[in-house]
Amino acid sequence: MYHTLTVLVANSPGVLYRVVGLFSRRGFNIESLAVGQTENENVSRMTIVVEGDALVLEQVTKQLRKLIDVIKVSDITAEEFVARELVLAKVTANPAQRGEIMQIADIFRARIVDLGRRTLTLECTGDEAKIKAFEESLRPYGIKELVRTGKIALLRGSKYAGVNNIKEEAL
Amino acid sequence: MEVGGSKLEVTAAQALVQALEQENIPIVFGYPGGSTLPVYDVLASSAIKHVLVRHEQGAVFAANGYARATGRVGVCIATSGPGATNLVTGIADAYMDSVPLVIFTGQVPTTQVGTDAFQEVDITGITVPITKHNYLVKDHRKLLQTIKNAFYIAATGRPGPVLIDLPQDILKNKISFRYPKNISLQSYKPVLEGHFGKINEAARLINKSRRPVIYAGGGILISQACEELKQLAEIISAPVTNTFRGLSCIPGEHPLFLGMLGLHGTRYANLAVTECDLLIALGVRFDDRVTGKVASFAPEAKIIHVDIDPAEIGKNVRIQVPIVGDVKVVLQALLPLLKKTDRAAWLQRIEELKKLYPLFYHQENVLKPQFVLEELCRLTDGEAVIATDVGQHQMWTAQYYRFKKPGAIISSGGLGAMGFGLPAAIGAQLGLPGEKVILVTGDGSFQMTMSELATMVEQKLPLKIFILNNQTLGMVRQLQEFYYDKRYFGVNFEFIPDFVVLAKAYGIPGYNIRTPDKLTEQLPEILNAPGPVLVNCLIDPLENVLPMALNGQNF
Repeated sequence: MYHTLTVLVANSPGVLYRVVGLFSRRGFNIESLAVGQTENENVSRMTIVVEGDALVLEQVTKQLRKLIDVIKVSDITAEEFVARELVLAKVTANPAQRGEIMQIADIFRARIVDLGRRTLTLECTGDEAKIKAFEESLRPYGIKELVRTGKIALLRGSKYAGVNNIKEEAL
Repeated sequence: MEVGGSKLEVTAAQALVQALEQENIPIVFGYPGGSTLPVYDVLASSAIKHVLVRHEQGAVFAANGYARATGRVGVCIATSGPGATNLVTGIADAYMDSVPLVIFTGQVPTTQVGTDAFQEVDITGITVPITKHNYLVKDHRKLLQTIKNAFYIAATGRPGPVLIDLPQDILKNKISFRYPKNISLQSYKPVLEGHFGKINEAARLINKSRRPVIYAGGGILISQACEELKQLAEIISAPVTNTFRGLSCIPGEHPLFLGMLGLHGTRYANLAVTECDLLIALGVRFDDRVTGKVASFAPEAKIIHVDIDPAEIGKNVRIQVPIVGDVKVVLQALLPLLKKTDRAAWLQRIEELKKLYPLFYHQENVLKPQFVLEELCRLTDGEAVIATDVGQHQMWTAQYYRFKKPGAIISSGGLGAMGFGLPAAIGAQLGLPGEKVILVTGDGSFQMTMSELATMVEQKLPLKIFILNNQTLGMVRQLQEFYYDKRYFGVNFEFIPDFVVLAKAYGIPGYNIRTPDKLTEQLPEILNAPGPVLVNCLIDPLENVLPMALNGQNF
């Protein structure tokens, strides 16, 4: 089963390499990974989707916690959380097809972000199911290029893992 | 260094050496090169002893042997590029066996990092999987805090190696020396105290059990819990088996000691684990050489597992009572909750197993390696510090030398790195100048790092070196015998140097010993010699390490 982990890490050089290296050498599969700075410039948040049973997940989280640069690891799969992914898709679109595609965009609340002579580029955000449906709907027109950001997620409600008090690591 | 109230500026290299002094480091092992010259220039006038080795691998193994023998952090230093890559095996060894090291490597100047400069390698990248943590110092103002953190990380929790990569220009920059009092780490906080509820649950299980076995590993030695372990065994009348790394944590002659378990463990230790109803696992990691097929390991037992590294608990085997904590602290909390029990029937069964399946070998006129170890044990009264290399001689040492002193075995367990022995023995002897340090090695392993003989002589170390010479890579030959239908290939040396002549080249007395009688006759004199001695023991080339559990091993 797929698990969504949010991992807070110190913004130190090489931290992404340490995390990714851990997954590859211990044989854990990363389904998706998104990383970026948090509200605190010294801390980054990684959202990692990983496949595995409970035992694998226990090892993944324990091994992540052993990394000195890892501040906090939470498996939020069982919690209420908001998850989003952004996708950009460049689709074949002759002038005659543009209208149809724009209707599809409407349905998914996607936006047209670029127009070429024979292509349209669309932007869409949503959860996994929506992104998948969006992609399927565009497929008949011919998807020239597609890029996804990977899932990012936050817990719902007032729960949060505050990192504002974390100062710059002396290193 | 205060002059008129203001801090005197020093170079970062000077600050580094002063930081080592603040950490009470008496000795560093190293090999110089272009990028570490700023440090060497300062080391020359420091009270810290620098041991010049003959290969960087020797430096890291010596620091490793020093750390294992003394329980303190071992420090080594190598230059950039090949100097750094030559350390890799020794760092991996320290990582696998949880040995605290701080390793300094030179690096090309920051302006050249990433340009494939002369003698540049990405050593922090290379060592990510084999260090507890590592640092590339890019800002000289952060050097001292980095060193402070590195020593703390290396020595606390589950110990391990920490590497600090030092670009040459950084070392020349000026900083004011103010060694930080505190560490600065956001989330690294090893848990020492065990969970009270779990400790209670463990006590209940122990008090209820009829056939408990204690499975004790290197964690006992690291946390210095040997006395607590002995008390536990004696209060609950449970036999104790050791992992290879745990050997010497309970005296070899203790009536409750079962010897080592696993692949080359005693038959009775393995059978005791198979028959036990409760396995008390202390400072161990359920390594594949111990468990064989996990499904048939301790099939009737509930398992209590105490370890300071949460990731080891439940990694290989399902655990009923997990306790994260320092094993000494946990045992101190556990002991008062236990009922004194004699468990006569179980101990009788253990005695029966010991009688049925003893360790044995056939003594003949040829020299048997087991006999060499028994004689060494007898004549040193089990009180020597024994460093070994890797292979058959290592397993014979584990089986036949009955250690009395905690931590007296210096050997590469998890990584199994041949060539470890001589440099590690050098480090151990430098750390323990008053102890008798013996190196038990093989003709294969010894040839890997025998260049360090020069270091040994230079440092005037009285090591006693015993090469159990079977003129073959014995352990590999044994595997070919058992698993590859005796198709021996790549294991027999067609040329082996005359080790006695080699010893002479280094100015060391050397002896060839071919028979048991001669061994018994000459050993007292050899062991009592004031200086180093090399003994080439020509042993039976076909002798195997037995027993050998064939369960579940993949060869």
